[in-house]
Amino acid sequence: MATIELRQVEKKFGDLHAVKPLDLTIHDGEFVVLLGPSGCGKTTTLRMISGLETVTSGEIYLDERKVTWLNPSERDIAFVFQLFALYPHLTVRQNIAFPLQAQGESRETINERVNEVVDLLQIERLLNARPSKLSGGDQQRVALGRALVRRPEAFLMDEPLGALDADFRESMRAEIKRLHIDQHATTVYVTHDQVEAMAMGDRIVVMSEAEIQQVGSSNEVYYDPANIFVANFIGSPGMNLVSSSYSDGIIHMPGADNRYPVPDDWRAPLGEALQDSGDVIVGFRPECAEIVEDGTLAGNVYTVDLYGAYSMLAVNMNEQDIVHIRGDRLIHYPIGTQVRFDIDPEMVRFFDPATEKTIKREAIQ
Amino acid sequence: MSDLELKNITKNFPDVTALNDVSFDVKDGEFFVLLGHTGAGKTTTLRVVAGLTNQDEGTVLFDGDSVNDLAPADRDVAFVFQQYSLYPTMSVYDNLAFPLRSPLRKLSEEEIRRQVDIVAEKLHIDHLLDRKTAYLSGGEMQRVSLGRAMVRQPRIFLMDEPLSNLDAKLREALRVELQHLQKTEGSTTLFVTHDQIEALTMADRIAVLNEGSIVQIGTPEDIYDRPNTIFVAQLVGTPRINLVETSREDCNIFIKNSTLYIPIPEGWEPPDSFVLGIRPEDVMPDREGEFAGELALTEPLGMETILHITSGEKTLLSVIPGTTDLKIGENVKFNIAQERLYCFNMDGDSLTC
Amino acid sequence: MSNFREDGPGYPVTEASRVDKVSPISRRLRSLRAITVMVIAIIMLIPVFVMAITAFKSRSVIVSHPPTIFFKPSLEGFVFLFTDRAVVSKARQPEFKAAAETGELGLVERIALESGQEVTGPSDYVNRLKNSLIIAGLSTIFSVVLGLFAAYAFSRFDVLGKDDLLFFILSTRMLPAVVVTIPLFLMFRQLGLNDTHLGMILLYTVFNLSLAVWLLKGFIDEIPVEYEEAALVDGYSRIQTFFKIVLPQTMTGIAATTVFCLIFAWNEYAFALMLTSDNARTAPPSIATMLGRGGIEWSAIAAGSLGFLIPVVIVTFALRNYLLRGVTFGAVRK
Repeated sequence: MATIELRQVEKKFGDLHAVKPLDLTIHDGEFVVLLGPSGCGKTTTLRMISGLETVTSGEIYLDERKVTWLNPSERDIAFVFQLFALYPHLTVRQNIAFPLQAQGESRETINERVNEVVDLLQIERLLNARPSKLSGGDQQRVALGRALVRRPEAFLMDEPLGALDADFRESMRAEIKRLHIDQHATTVYVTHDQVEAMAMGDRIVVMSEAEIQQVGSSNEVYYDPANIFVANFIGSPGMNLVSSSYSDGIIHMPGADNRYPVPDDWRAPLGEALQDSGDVIVGFRPECAEIVEDGTLAGNVYTVDLYGAYSMLAVNMNEQDIVHIRGDRLIHYPIGTQVRFDIDPEMVRFFDPATEKTIKREAIQ
Repeated sequence: MSDLELKNITKNFPDVTALNDVSFDVKDGEFFVLLGHTGAGKTTTLRVVAGLTNQDEGTVLFDGDSVNDLAPADRDVAFVFQQYSLYPTMSVYDNLAFPLRSPLRKLSEEEIRRQVDIVAEKLHIDHLLDRKTAYLSGGEMQRVSLGRAMVRQPRIFLMDEPLSNLDAKLREALRVELQHLQKTEGSTTLFVTHDQIEALTMADRIAVLNEGSIVQIGTPEDIYDRPNTIFVAQLVGTPRINLVETSREDCNIFIKNSTLYIPIPEGWEPPDSFVLGIRPEDVMPDREGEFAGELALTEPLGMETILHITSGEKTLLSVIPGTTDLKIGENVKFNIAQERLYCFNMDGDSLTC
Repeated sequence: MSNFREDGPGYPVTEASRVDKVSPISRRLRSLRAITVMVIAIIMLIPVFVMAITAFKSRSVIVSHPPTIFFKPSLEGFVFLFTDRAVVSKARQPEFKAAAETGELGLVERIALESGQEVTGPSDYVNRLKNSLIIAGLSTIFSVVLGLFAAYAFSRFDVLGKDDLLFFILSTRMLPAVVVTIPLFLMFRQLGLNDTHLGMILLYTVFNLSLAVWLLKGFIDEIPVEYEEAALVDGYSRIQTFFKIVLPQTMTGIAATTVFCLIFAWNEYAFALMLTSDNARTAPPSIATMLGRGGIEWSAIAAGSLGFLIPVVIVTFALRNYLLRGVTFGAVRK
């Protein structure tokens, strides 16, 4: 298995930047997810690593070996596509054996390695079927098998679960992750689904507008987003972001009397960042606020959603600013009534509206 | 606004029975969701109500009167499609005005402009009125589609997965807005979706459809807490409900192929073997827990974390709020909320134990 | 807050836009391809070019060997095409010369005089061209209108025996003209349609209808039904929906179909030769018959052919925006 290193890799289509110069190192055995909305450059990045796409400039290294201009077949990388790309005229066994036959392996080696993969993925029952007879989940298992059988240096996966039904997606997600835990193969995984990224990635690379916005673990991108794009993109619903103004330790949030005293350890960094007064964006996750009778902040119930195990309130602080707060599903909140809430002082975050970047609290480091 | 009733609707297509004796009623001002997989007959139901498809048997009633013989134009319903319903050759304004210009209505242009403006403001699309629809983003398009439905105050709104082609963030935003509008305007809405979260979050009542038949009708709480079949139990909730085959052993329920024995809750009289359903949020890791297993996988999702706990050959999913310190491969102890267990017979029907 | 994107990306990102198409090698390939296409186009256009210059050559220039590229242009060909002429006798020649010098003769007469002829009246070709315009124009309109309604019905309704009917419609086009002209001739004689405008219009309409139905059905199939259903629910009748929703979106297809039908009806030769003689004779057979009359008037034939091209060129050019999309989409259904 291998370390993948991108150095100032860039891709332009005409004048349009598909990927702005980026540096990224994917360590041996790591599961890295490239996450972003469509058009953010994540797939282009993956295709450049695979060699299916040429780079405009920059270098790609695989274990210190420079592969920037090698053909895909010379890089020893396996690619799993969104559409399963199985050969319809071959059986499952033949499909899995195909890459080995292409490499001219002996019959015994092929059999041995195919069986090994079949055991791992538990697809014995499918071996003699044709791909058209398989369910979406099984087809993707076979596609994974075909990638695994080569024992490549690294796996690249382009939304492999994107074409599956929601039910399959959830179980396949766990299966792929479990497989990674057993095999520890270096994997780069592309998805636009933040739930998938959070659930699977050792590290998540959040991309938008052809640039990396943040690289970090699930918890880092969730609780400490680097900017408001990440804050909004990660989570469902995303982080509540409320445009407010700060002066002298008090944040004025939208709505009458919504004055939020800044937690003590935030006073210094906020004061420094905003020169004691100015606009600021307050961010907090829906579950980091709590509805309490004597809460400091108030708003009117806009909608109440049942999310299975809990309910989610949309609360209107004034006309434009709606925040989501996680509530108890057993309590009924009539639409239009006022509720009061508090924000967990440990979990509140602040962003600079000018740069859209997070304001750091020294205490975190 | 009107109420709606479907009585014994059956519809056959050449190869399949699309709807089999479907009956339900939607009350005035109610948000009623049809939930089911692709091909369950949800869209056909909607089309029968609109008059775009004719049923083979049964009656559709608006306010108690049969509309079987009325053409779509005369039923006065509004239909919001999944996609493709804005006319690409017209501006946004003309699209919104289109239903009002119908020869059935005979409104003056001033009156039309007034009504279009009201709706455009409500949906925050007033700045788009002069645009051609080809230059709108997906979210804007769907707003205009909603606007076109709202503009003429129809008797009933019919919506066919109007949010499913939007990306996740936009879907959430529009969902909240749609729900708020529906509640404040009090419009009778029949809404089709395959997305259980949409159904649970938006509906006053849900009808679950499977292969052309209604499986269960009830409030979101009924559907989630009191599913009448395994099908319904699996359809709602993420991650999916844990379903395990069990047998009764003395005063315990034994989960087959595992090492778990759950004491039979008080007042239960379970049969000798049955399928037990446990919602993931009811599997609660606890240092002092009654049961033990090995942590096979963790999936941190931010607001919550999914734990895969194996015992023997069985894996139970557990959802806990926030994050966890538990490591993969560790032994975990956990409790199961015994008052919230579901019990099904081998055919998948709910049992009252 | 520019990053606060409320909506999806402003432009769709398709697989095609992701794939690399501008590597140095493919750029070279692309220019090579463009050059090849241009060379082929030039080769194809040589006969048209020769025809165009021949139309402006006088008889002496045409017969000169080797052929000339640069010459004094003359309108002789056009004059010969559109007029009937008689040879001016030796005795009357001075009289004509004098008239030409005083400017009594018009341009047409002067050109005729250059080859020693006087104009006696307009030629038959003028009438033939008029016939072509009437017959091709009306038959095209009929085929497109009828074809549009038929295509809509085939596309949207469960017509009984739809596939067989569509095949039957197509089959009317399968036989070569020569095979069916004799039965047609006999039928037309019975009905008194021989050598009438009505007969030719009917014939071309029927012949083009299959093309129109198939082409337009392809286009209408591609318009999502949801548009119409939305309008139906919004309070419009089927026919209103057709005119308000379907028609504007089918314009591309209508344009493409119009051009194809017009080209066929305008160029058609075999039927016109067999079924018309004088009253309804169209231009194509009449150009050909010029070959026979007392020496070959190459310049007149070239002028006739060139003039004959012009209406089709104008229509094609006017509809070119629709055509490009129309030819590539719609017609070819998966």
